[in-house]
Amino acid sequence: MNLLKGRSARAAAGFAGAAALLFAVAPLLLSDFRLGLLAKYLCTAMVAVGICLAWGRGGLLTLGQGVFFGLGGYAMAMHLKIADAGPGNLPDFMQLYGTATELPWWWQPFANPLFALAATVLLPMAVAAILGSFIFRRRVKGAYFAILSQALAAAFAIWLIGQQATTGGTNGLTDIQGFFGYALDDPVNQRMVYFVIAAALLLLIALARQLVHSRYGELLVAVRDSEERVRFLGYNPANVKLVAYVVAAGMAGLAGALFVPAVGIISPAMIGIVPSIEFVIGAAVGGRASLVGAVLGAVGVAWAKTALSEEFPAAWTYFQGLLFIVALAFLPGGLASLVGLVRRRMASQATDSEETKPVVPVGEAA
Amino acid sequence: MTVILGQTFTGISIGAVLLLIALGLSLTFGQMNVINMAHGEFIMAGAYTTYVLQKSITGAGISLLVALPVAFLVSGALGALLEWLLIRRLYLRPLDTLLVTWGVSLMLQQLARDIFGAPNVQTRAPDWLTGNITLIGGDDPLTVANSRLFILGLAVAAVVALSLTLRLTPLGRRIRGVVQNRDLAEVSGISTERVDRTAFFLGSGLAGVAGVALTLVGPIGPTMGTNVIIDAFLVIVVGGIGQLKGTVIVAFVLGVLQSVLEYSTTVSVAKVLVLVAIVAFLQWRPQGLYTLRTRSLV
Amino acid sequence: MTELAGLEIRQLRVSFDGFTAVDGVDLDVHPGDLRFLIGPNGAGKTTLVDAVTGLVRAEGSVLFGGDELLGRSVHRIARSGIGRTFQTATVFEELTVLQNLDIAAGAGRGMWTMLRRRRTVPESVARTLETVGLTELADSPAGTLAHGQKQWLEIGMLLVQDVRLLLLDEPVAGMSHDERQATGELLQRISEERTVVVIEHDMDFMRSFARSVSVLHAGKVLSEGTVAEVQADPQVQEVYLGHTAAEATADVTVQEA
Repeated sequence: MNLLKGRSARAAAGFAGAAALLFAVAPLLLSDFRLGLLAKYLCTAMVAVGICLAWGRGGLLTLGQGVFFGLGGYAMAMHLKIADAGPGNLPDFMQLYGTATELPWWWQPFANPLFALAATVLLPMAVAAILGSFIFRRRVKGAYFAILSQALAAAFAIWLIGQQATTGGTNGLTDIQGFFGYALDDPVNQRMVYFVIAAALLLLIALARQLVHSRYGELLVAVRDSEERVRFLGYNPANVKLVAYVVAAGMAGLAGALFVPAVGIISPAMIGIVPSIEFVIGAAVGGRASLVGAVLGAVGVAWAKTALSEEFPAAWTYFQGLLFIVALAFLPGGLASLVGLVRRRMASQATDSEETKPVVPVGEAA
Repeated sequence: MTVILGQTFTGISIGAVLLLIALGLSLTFGQMNVINMAHGEFIMAGAYTTYVLQKSITGAGISLLVALPVAFLVSGALGALLEWLLIRRLYLRPLDTLLVTWGVSLMLQQLARDIFGAPNVQTRAPDWLTGNITLIGGDDPLTVANSRLFILGLAVAAVVALSLTLRLTPLGRRIRGVVQNRDLAEVSGISTERVDRTAFFLGSGLAGVAGVALTLVGPIGPTMGTNVIIDAFLVIVVGGIGQLKGTVIVAFVLGVLQSVLEYSTTVSVAKVLVLVAIVAFLQWRPQGLYTLRTRSLV
Repeated sequence: MTELAGLEIRQLRVSFDGFTAVDGVDLDVHPGDLRFLIGPNGAGKTTLVDAVTGLVRAEGSVLFGGDELLGRSVHRIARSGIGRTFQTATVFEELTVLQNLDIAAGAGRGMWTMLRRRRTVPESVARTLETVGLTELADSPAGTLAHGQKQWLEIGMLLVQDVRLLLLDEPVAGMSHDERQATGELLQRISEERTVVVIEHDMDFMRSFARSVSVLHAGKVLSEGTVAEVQADPQVQEVYLGHTAAEATADVTVQEA
């Protein structure tokens, strides 16, 4: 099994390189402001890891990752708002809009830091599990699933906006000061948050990589390409898809939770239809079925958005539209498939081409 | 009693709007299985067409009536163009089509912003559409806005026209032939490419008509399409693929449901509850209200 | 190897929106039989297999080794030991031959096994690779296989799945003469340990390898017996000689349904 060994050696080298870049090079080269932006992009990349798993591998085009990102983000932000307000006080916005004199019952558990931390990941996973088991069991798939997931994102954002007294409405939960006792306006602490995010991203990539290369990962691709055939082999494809969907939701939840201390705010505008679909575009541009591609794509697109929209907001929208069109219509494997193409060409030029792994498989589960 | 009737009638008029915006989709998504997220922007194009026409034609009534066919042509042409440029390359990849057309929709929105500005604009409704009709008089009257009745009429007319076109004309027969068996249609001498493009023209044109109607009930803006597109897709998903009657029934049912729930809760909670109802409904009928049963693997 | 099991079908009926594709079929397949189902297009052969495997809803009764199958979900029927192939070979094109077989072998695996990598080739998979002659191609993506090889891979997947009943829908369609011969011999070997039902149009293939034959026509069993008995049946001769009109109408009805 030379091939296997070579693959894991390459992966280990890749991880070491990525860790060096994230933990040494980036903090040295980037200003505090730029490092903060990078932290934000890495959160997007964490969502993309999940999308790579669910969509790239499992064919589940989830246009509602914003919901899970938001659940994680709000769970974290609720705790931080309560902590900011101090014992016995209401979070600032509730004093402003609300008539309530005490915390709403569904806020109260979030006062406990352990509960809140667990909820950032488990709450999105639970919602995904309930929703997914309904949807997949009845074989709602392909475009139907995509549309339903998008409707979910829309409904969640609308609901949040409607509950101004308890969720902050359109503004969201803003002006978050502290992160478990550390003041977030201190650059040192901001840097710490960045390191936590970078470590979390590497962890999620390692987790996703294990899943992709496991027997489950092979089965997931099989379900994507021919669900009915898998059923005739005695598996229940609904469960296979559910696992990918729930894991992706957990990843998005964690991303949302870490996004909050990095940026200091969570609002419906960050989780509705548009941001949900923006999560997908990064993965699509980089290569939906390739973990590295999806992560780099997500960071690249998020960076391009900041760089372009700072100066030319209109140009950014056109550029984003073009990205969608070019990446999906003409390069469905994303940039990662270009790498594969080059590698294959080089391999065919070399005399003995031992490795004949297929290039980033991209399938369409309709 | 009047409250219930009133809510029902509001629901029916919400349903009429839903029906108009979903009708074009029932052709492009329902019949041809193409998920066109830019459909909402074709609606927007229809609305802006009305706005532009009203600026050049003084009479609000005449400009509205002129806008109907013109918007149909404008949006239809946009649709045919989109089909020719992109969609025909993607017929076997529905999910990619969804994302590609989302990109198109972003660009069209920005184009609208660049041409007409980001703030919403408004058209004047003609005099004969501004009043109300009293359906039940007395102390507790039930009145209905003329504009709502006009939209209801327009929706009914559009459904009848589309269904007659599909049933009776050679074009309709060809569309149905291509939908049922593309390969067979091709070997029987039907140019599937032309049929696809024509069907797309019709479906997108209907979006334009819907856009004209929307100018009567709300402002015209670059994001108006995004706001309605998901509801429209849900109507088709719940109604069932390839079935006009499903679209019609579901549009009105969802409209009434939305209106009743809005009355008893709030607008935002109603939205969530409608979605829950839809997911629950799909548990019962995953393929939608009406389905074509086939023995194909997918 | 688990014990042999047979299939007992009673008054099976399948209809699609008013059109009855299978109209009261009674069929017994004895344990270890190599049964061919033949009949004109639209006779209901594939629909019959669809009903047995749970793909379409049906009325009546289907007993497999004494257990009722109707009403169970597709994957449960598969787990009870029934495997099938499709008219067009359905393998996982982007996975390798080895991965295809490994997935087929693994429906009963626990969570831990699923979440880890496959380090070695399971013994049953290695054996089946030999049986269907694909050992050399184990690491090739299934999509790159020739048509006949895909059909063999499908049969191989049923073998590692360790099914007791194989339902094969036109397994030799598009194969060369030599490939047919090899496939037929493979099926005969398989039927020593398992029950095999083959839907086939190729009469030569049927004559060479069938142990018993059922003729379906218009959703009913028209005739049943050995190859010689069925060929001598005047009803069968009539259907096969004068069936063109019937086939045309039957096909159209299926399209519309």
